[in-house]
Amino acid sequence: MGHGRWRFLFAALVPALVLHVVFVLSPYAQAFYLSLTDWTGVAGQAHFVGVDNYARLGVDPLFLDAVRNNAIMLLVVPAATIGLGLFLASMLHRGGRGLRGGSAYQIVYFFPQLLSLVIVAVLWGFVYNPNTGLLNSGLRAIGLGALAHSWLAEPRFALAAVMAVLVWSSVGFYVVLFRAAIDGIPGELFEAARLDGAGGWSSFRHVTLPLVRENVQVAFVYLGIAALDGFAVVQVMTVGPGGPDGATEVVGLSLYRTAFSYGKFGYASAMGVALFFATLTLAILALRTGRRERPATRGGQA
Amino acid sequence: MTAPLPARVSTEVDTGRVRGANPLPQIAMFCWAVVTALPLLWAVVSSVKSDDEILNHPWPPPATPHFDNWVRAWTAADIGRYFLNSLIVVGGALLLTMLLGSLAAYALARYRFRGNRLLYHTFVAALFFPVFLALVPLFFVVDRLGLLGTYPGLILVYAAYAVPFTVFFLHAFFGTLPTEIAEAAVLDGCSHGAVFFRVMLPLARPGLVAVGIFNFLGLWNQYLIPLVLNPDPDRYVLAQGLAALSVSQGYRSDWGGLFAGLTIAMLPVLVAYVAFQRHIRAGMTAGAVK
Repeated sequence: MGHGRWRFLFAALVPALVLHVVFVLSPYAQAFYLSLTDWTGVAGQAHFVGVDNYARLGVDPLFLDAVRNNAIMLLVVPAATIGLGLFLASMLHRGGRGLRGGSAYQIVYFFPQLLSLVIVAVLWGFVYNPNTGLLNSGLRAIGLGALAHSWLAEPRFALAAVMAVLVWSSVGFYVVLFRAAIDGIPGELFEAARLDGAGGWSSFRHVTLPLVRENVQVAFVYLGIAALDGFAVVQVMTVGPGGPDGATEVVGLSLYRTAFSYGKFGYASAMGVALFFATLTLAILALRTGRRERPATRGGQA
Repeated sequence: MTAPLPARVSTEVDTGRVRGANPLPQIAMFCWAVVTALPLLWAVVSSVKSDDEILNHPWPPPATPHFDNWVRAWTAADIGRYFLNSLIVVGGALLLTMLLGSLAAYALARYRFRGNRLLYHTFVAALFFPVFLALVPLFFVVDRLGLLGTYPGLILVYAAYAVPFTVFFLHAFFGTLPTEIAEAAVLDGCSHGAVFFRVMLPLARPGLVAVGIFNFLGLWNQYLIPLVLNPDPDRYVLAQGLAALSVSQGYRSDWGGLFAGLTIAMLPVLVAYVAFQRHIRAGMTAGAVK
């Protein structure tokens, strides 16, 4: 039996491990080395340049635009999504009394979460279309035509338009998540708060919020990682892409363009390493005070 | 706090805020439902409108539905081909992921050997890394293997990036299964492989279905990986083809065809959601709640 055991373990683990090492681990490891070279894709032509690539990142105006935009997204997208998600989840719960049609609402809200961000981006590209889009024609129809804009072509609106799409696509997930968390709070706590004369807002602040804090932390990590990406939406939806004038540039897009349009693979790898450390810092900061750490469940979505 | 509340008191409190008297929750929920559903419905309705109706009357439904948009999208705009490519790649990757992922998860969950924990963490650590970091070297690894722009190349890479989550999910699942049946099977002379395929896999079916659905959705929605590794337009997957179409079609201005393509691309996910919505919502949020 001992012999068969090892043979089985070998057969069970080696294929997955080979795949993992070749296509996942080795690329991740190579990225760190490549980021220290000036490699342009020609075998044997890579020179070790130390931290030169990183020094260049610090003065590259387009990359700095990207960092600024990702930073704004990091502040706005999780806050808006979590805020809306918590608000809608509390409305659904109503201190334990539930809401008519609540489960139907959750089904509708959740659907955009399942769509590819590319499809979401194509859809919202239509919605934002200056002449024929749902948004502007809707505004004109209700007499607010003065508010119509070329949402994706005007620098002051473009990033907000991108962020709105990210929020739109993920709020449903967090409504369901927070609803489940709020359902886990003992009903007596809400009863007690009500007896003490607490209104909706103050029972939300003093009962709901403290007891779903861990879920909010996890949500912040997921959303923060999504906000550090933004690639698909920006690449498909915006002018340029990344425009107008760098207004929607994100690090992922800079990396993709630097590597696969300009062939500066070493420099692009440095961007990847920078993004990696940003992600890592975010996850550590957000989870440091939490007691549990769990990997993202949207694994396949890469 | 554990003592039941006197009925009179709680009624009094309840009458203070009569059931349904506060319309705010319903209004809030309804508004967000409109914000969520309206763009989706609008796209579906637009997919059967003429270009003239789309350009000049964006809101009202069509005078007569133009299903020829769908036909044109499927054939002339190659959505049919992209759909088939997605099916081949996602189907192949899903099979490979489930086979390799369940084997690895089972071996790591049910056998004790040196390096077990290290191997498990080697797989799971990949869940925390941004794919962008791997992108450049991955391109050259696939290129050197001669797999750039091929079905096997995409299948292998898709599977490689889906295995860590599969191992993570099924590792926990196999850990909860009873050991007695497997032990009895071994005593009856079953080989380790036979125990896995004949006893453990059938027992693990609910877990396999759940992780299979997540993998399907995740793989079907891939964009970044095919964008980099799949440059041949004949082999574009659906998301990739639709993105390319929305850029080029803007100049050829077949709006109806483009909306039809978008709607066709949303359908498989909608079908999966309608069929499995309870599983999907419960499972996707399970990792983040207790």
